[in-house]
Amino acid sequence: MRRTMLFMPGSKPGNLLNGDVYGADSIIIDLEDAVALAEKDSARILTKHAMRTFHYDCELIIRINSLTTPFWQADLDAVIPEKPDVIMPTKIYTADDIRTIDAYITEIEKAHGMEAGGVKLLPLLETAASIEHAFEIATASPRMVGLYLGAMDLALDMKATRTHEGYDIAYARSRLVIAARAAGIDALDTPYTWDIHDNDGLAEETRMVKNMGFNGKACIYPGQVEVVNDIFSPTKERYEWALAIVKGAEEAEAQGKGVVAVNGELVDGPVIIIARNTVAEYEKINGVHRS
Amino acid sequence: MKGKLVASIEEAIRLCGLKDGMTVSFHHHLRDGDQVLPMVMAKIEELGFHDITVSASSIHGSHGCLADMIKSKVVTGIDTNFIHKCVGTTISEGYLETPAIFRTHGNRPHALATGEAHIDIAFIAASAADCQGNMNGVDGPSAFGPMGYAFADAQFADKVVVITDYLVDYPLTPISIDERYVDYVVKVDSIGDTSGIASGITTISKDPIGLKIAKTAVQVFENSGYFEDGFVYQTGGGRTSLATTKFLKEAMDRRGVHGACILGGINGLFIDLLEQGYFNKIVDTQCFDLKAVESLKNDVRHQEIACGHYADMCAKSCVAAHLTTVMLGATEIDTEFNVNIHTDSNGLIMGGSGGHTDIAYGAKLTVIVTPLLRQRRAAVLDRVGTKSTMGDTIDVLVTQRGIAVNPKHQGLRERLLDAGLPVKDIHELRKMARDLTGEPKPVAFTDKVVAKVYGYDGKLNDVIYQSKG
Amino acid sequence: MFCNQNFIDEQVNVIMKIKKEASAGTATKNDALITISPRDGEGIEVELKSIVKVQFGDQLIAAAKGMAQEMGVTSALIKIEDKGALDYVIRARVEAAVLRAQGGADE
Repeated sequence: MRRTMLFMPGSKPGNLLNGDVYGADSIIIDLEDAVALAEKDSARILTKHAMRTFHYDCELIIRINSLTTPFWQADLDAVIPEKPDVIMPTKIYTADDIRTIDAYITEIEKAHGMEAGGVKLLPLLETAASIEHAFEIATASPRMVGLYLGAMDLALDMKATRTHEGYDIAYARSRLVIAARAAGIDALDTPYTWDIHDNDGLAEETRMVKNMGFNGKACIYPGQVEVVNDIFSPTKERYEWALAIVKGAEEAEAQGKGVVAVNGELVDGPVIIIARNTVAEYEKINGVHRS
Repeated sequence: MKGKLVASIEEAIRLCGLKDGMTVSFHHHLRDGDQVLPMVMAKIEELGFHDITVSASSIHGSHGCLADMIKSKVVTGIDTNFIHKCVGTTISEGYLETPAIFRTHGNRPHALATGEAHIDIAFIAASAADCQGNMNGVDGPSAFGPMGYAFADAQFADKVVVITDYLVDYPLTPISIDERYVDYVVKVDSIGDTSGIASGITTISKDPIGLKIAKTAVQVFENSGYFEDGFVYQTGGGRTSLATTKFLKEAMDRRGVHGACILGGINGLFIDLLEQGYFNKIVDTQCFDLKAVESLKNDVRHQEIACGHYADMCAKSCVAAHLTTVMLGATEIDTEFNVNIHTDSNGLIMGGSGGHTDIAYGAKLTVIVTPLLRQRRAAVLDRVGTKSTMGDTIDVLVTQRGIAVNPKHQGLRERLLDAGLPVKDIHELRKMARDLTGEPKPVAFTDKVVAKVYGYDGKLNDVIYQSKG
Repeated sequence: MFCNQNFIDEQVNVIMKIKKEASAGTATKNDALITISPRDGEGIEVELKSIVKVQFGDQLIAAAKGMAQEMGVTSALIKIEDKGALDYVIRARVEAAVLRAQGGADE
């Protein structure tokens, strides 16, 4: 579950201490854009020590510098032995980029006696080429767990202008969701950067991308987490609706019936699947255990 | 009409018959902008007096002159509810001749009424006064709001001198404290800088940790069983405490709950809640910003009260005793829920109860909001440096990594757990803090007592020892 | 969150020489500015300025020295300007400063 991925700079000790208190499903420690060129080394080292010291109550993602910089290997050398859950590569163009990073991670895993393939990949798609190659990228490695859209750099690469309505990245969003779904991995949306305190605007954009099929949205400010989590979480009413259907389906199965009816109405196969997913999601988020 | 006007502070001091060994008093409504205490004390020093006890409702950042006067024995006693570190450090270093007396806002007027504490001459800053000594704090260029802390001084001091920079024709209206108590009136150029009233604590925190804690604190109130129409609310002056107002408003919208009254310590955030109809009334001893001052002057729903009416727990009743909930800060809190707001991690005096101890006792639900640690200083400890507010008056601790409920409230604990709030044992929070900071080396003290800390009931809560430095 | 402050790097057997003065970190809240420089003679000397010197001075010095020694440093002067950093920050800043004193971690 990645409803929210909260960014924090890898260079700030105070942030690293408190990253997991805001309720984000994942935190992204950033070694890339949030870190000045002159501090790439110290941020990477600080992140390594933070990973040794803290075991966060959520998924840990490390965003590394891109293949076009001299830093990406050093980033991986420092953090892979500390067993992050996920690495987020940046400025990806093709599936080969993913294979290059995969191979390097495998080398480090071997050298440290780690389980091969344990560290997952969730690349940032922020170039026009990466959107065109989205499905190949999504299936380039068994480590792949998701695709994450980076709107700012993508718009730059497309020579587009970022708009609040998102016309500029509408195609990229759709293409990314389709590719991720086809590959059976997560689709994650770009953060809301217009005004970090505008929770109404954030909610509106989040509802839109949820409807488009995204699993979640990155957050660049702790105050955004709860807004996004709420939208990507089933409500209690929705859960109760889904639970009735799941129970109906279970009963029908037990009685060997081919048709599921709830409250006298027939329920289609896809609806049962949606209901099962909703029940599982709600119970995971709210810690509900059904007997 | 000349009335009680005298030419200068010096003349007022002479006419009042100040002698070595006497007690003079001041209020702190101008907070960090106050110039009356420094002005009067400079004159007392210049006239060669010694062995003076300063009884001030609080000692703030603009009162640093007292540190030197303590060293030169002009001042040998302090009786107050709060001491800023600019004077506190000097006291902790052992320079004050007699132990400083810390009271609470509510108990100070009680002690004055019973004679337990005595003032020989009260010097009362008023933003407006007439020549007979009728005074208020809402008119004039240095308006600071209510005169809550000065009522008891006016009532119980042997002599009362009003100091103002805005003299109006008799009679002044409205009147906060009236002429019956006043001996002399002095007009000066300025009583202080009103921009210092805010003392930097009246804007909502942008610190995400503070906001997270404030939000959780409001969720605690919302699910405590006390969140219902007619509740009475107060927050401390810290940023995180104040940030609860933002989330309180959201909770009131969500649940359609309406409040009776805000008590304070009032700033513009509370004025918004009054004006937007979230609460019926504001009851006010002290303004924290100029928006609050404006409101007190213009809105009849915003009522000035005397400090004893605010929080004297020994009176037949007081407003703080009717509080539903209060959100308060803490420098340190220990596993018995005792709170320290007097001394820093080095054991040096840098604060005081103010009303903390009174309202913690008065409120049905007292919530302490604090981060688990500030830099490397743990806020949750095995034992606090100074017991300012006793643990049996604290109900809930809220940190960014969880909530602890005082074990005497099992029912409350269950309600918060049922609401899905992250309730933990306070020892667990203590362990988290210690795992992060490591075990500190204890700070060293001599066996000389430099201050005594009294509670809402006038009983001794703790003493503070001289720092070994 | 679970926290473990007792991580110790594998001791290296090479000697790491401090070739020039180098700094890492910042003198801001929760952080520390660490400056390492060559020193005549053997041993690691630490100069500490800290807002929590009384309570945590020994631990801060031990963390800085320990990290430098684990990296193979045998002679250096380490100056710490601490604003309430936890041990892991001290160790990270010392590691970065030592590497920079070699000519830079990225060079």
